[in-house]
Amino acid sequence: MTTTAAALEARLSRRSIRPGRIIAWTLLFLGGVVMMTPILFMLSTSLKDASQVYDLRLIPESPSFDNYIAVLSDGRFLRWFLNSLLVAVCVTVSNVFFDSLVGYTLAKYQFRGRYFIFIAILSTLMIPTEMLVIPWYLMASNLGWIDTYWGIMFPGMMTAFGTFLMKQFFETVPDEFLEAGRVDGLNEFTIWWRVAMPLVTPALSALAIFTFLGNWTAFFWPLIVTNSRDLYTLPVGLSSFAVEQAIQWEMIMTGASLATIPTLAVFLLLQRYIVRGVMLAGLKG
Amino acid sequence: MANIVLNNLVKKYGNTTAVHGIDLQVKDGEFVVLVGPSGCGKSTTLRMIAGLEDISGGTISIDGRVVNEAEPKDRNIAMVFQNYAIYPHMTVAQNIGFGLYTSKLQESERKKRIEETAQILGLEKLLERRPSQLSGGQRQRVAIGRAMVRNPAAFLFDEPLSNLDAQLRTQMRLEIKKLHQRLGTTIVFVTHDQVEAMTMADRIVVMRDGHILQVGTPMDLYERPADIFTARFIGSPTMNLLPARLIERAGHHVAELDRLGASVALSSAGISDAKGPEVLVGVRPHDLVVGAQAGEGGLCLSGTVSVVEPLGPETLVHLDLGGTSIIASAPGKIIPKAGDHVTVGAQAGSLYLFDSKTERALCRM
Repeated sequence: MTTTAAALEARLSRRSIRPGRIIAWTLLFLGGVVMMTPILFMLSTSLKDASQVYDLRLIPESPSFDNYIAVLSDGRFLRWFLNSLLVAVCVTVSNVFFDSLVGYTLAKYQFRGRYFIFIAILSTLMIPTEMLVIPWYLMASNLGWIDTYWGIMFPGMMTAFGTFLMKQFFETVPDEFLEAGRVDGLNEFTIWWRVAMPLVTPALSALAIFTFLGNWTAFFWPLIVTNSRDLYTLPVGLSSFAVEQAIQWEMIMTGASLATIPTLAVFLLLQRYIVRGVMLAGLKG
Repeated sequence: MANIVLNNLVKKYGNTTAVHGIDLQVKDGEFVVLVGPSGCGKSTTLRMIAGLEDISGGTISIDGRVVNEAEPKDRNIAMVFQNYAIYPHMTVAQNIGFGLYTSKLQESERKKRIEETAQILGLEKLLERRPSQLSGGQRQRVAIGRAMVRNPAAFLFDEPLSNLDAQLRTQMRLEIKKLHQRLGTTIVFVTHDQVEAMTMADRIVVMRDGHILQVGTPMDLYERPADIFTARFIGSPTMNLLPARLIERAGHHVAELDRLGASVALSSAGISDAKGPEVLVGVRPHDLVVGAQAGEGGLCLSGTVSVVEPLGPETLVHLDLGGTSIIASAPGKIIPKAGDHVTVGAQAGSLYLFDSKTERALCRM
């Protein structure tokens, strides 16, 4: 018995000091440091006053929440926050609805030109956003959408990635489920909504999470399409703290810290779905 | 309840014809089983009856109404699928009640129907469970419940037992048969398992390559198979077929089993239909008994035991007859050893004669 226990202990200790394990943990630790350092400096800077900003000590000499009070008492921040929330929620709902509707149609219906439509949608993934910005702007300008919520939202209301993702998932739904619905007398929309959609919940969660986070942090297009400060989204608004004469780093970092709250909340609350979503979508995080 | 009539029904996929103009009448309240190997067109036929596949030609009538263009929901039929197709995100009660989704029943009536159906199927204690918490047999019952709750004119079953283990399959077979006796609703049941077909059907439809080969009661098909395919498909183990030649000896017709050194005397009935002298003599393993005497007009063969399969009440004995393999049976208590030399005999009246060229049955002898 003693011999067995000793042998087990020896095996465990050998296992715990395997060189591969040490290298893996070291790399993970270094990765963690690289990821966390900017966040820690962001939080640190948000607790400093303007004179201490370039003092690179991580723990401020005299930390205070004055910046937070200033930012939150400035009505603009709340406005930008709500703008971002509105845009992110609307675009997410739209993506979940339309991407899955189109994905379902392409996955489950046989019709002429189906493959061509799918390839056409897929091929738009190869066009970088920078190339699309000018056509989007011209379109928005011609239709009077510049400096409107709709102008901020319209390019992302439906995405090729979401359509592709949902099509792949709907293909895994057995046809028998849908046929059972047909025999039971459901119309095609109800079959999609009541039968097919609940069966792809993991994919829907992944799509919703990625779309929300992507739009919450979107900067480039909202910057271009908005003119009035009232329509700024949070990232655009925060950048306005950097003016030619003085960049208010402490205010930018305070705003950025506040802006990470929804992102963190989404991550913490939906961690399980995000990990599963990343695995399902085959994405790099 | 309803009768179903298929008239010259055709299904084509591009240039491939899956179902070649079949005719079939399913009577009101009848339990009809479509049986055949994979790809014979039985599931396609069932799906055309359900309205899940378009028809390339012919007509389908349900209760005298041609339903070629009718949507599945307008045919008043219910279908049970091979993979159950019960929704994993719904409870048992919701799954059963889903069959009533489009009915305009009051909530109390709806609940009553769900409870009644659950009671018939023994699911009343499982109503709040999800499908993932159910066994295979319970899931199958839920699928049947969803079909039953609508009180349809006919049930269509598409290989519903193929995902169950052997014991459960036997149990569910019995339950479906009891259910049919209780409800009296028309059932069209698709399977590739001849045992399911034999045990449940009022009539069996044997299909092959998109054609109906034979329609009849289980015993009709077992006793009077119309061709070699049906003879081998119905009955387990499959019928032994021994090559023979038709000759005339002393004014009598005889099937000479050259390779086995045996012969069988024939009556003249049916032999005139033979397209040549090459025939096959068929004998079911259960009729070919180890140690039995053949008697006049019977068949007697000797061979070496290659494999023995004791089943309890009987023993299946695989024999090697100098290059030809056959299966015979022995009473359960007699278990020969591999390598034993044994004699097997079949009585007159238990032999079948088939034309080698046309594969059609010529006569029973």
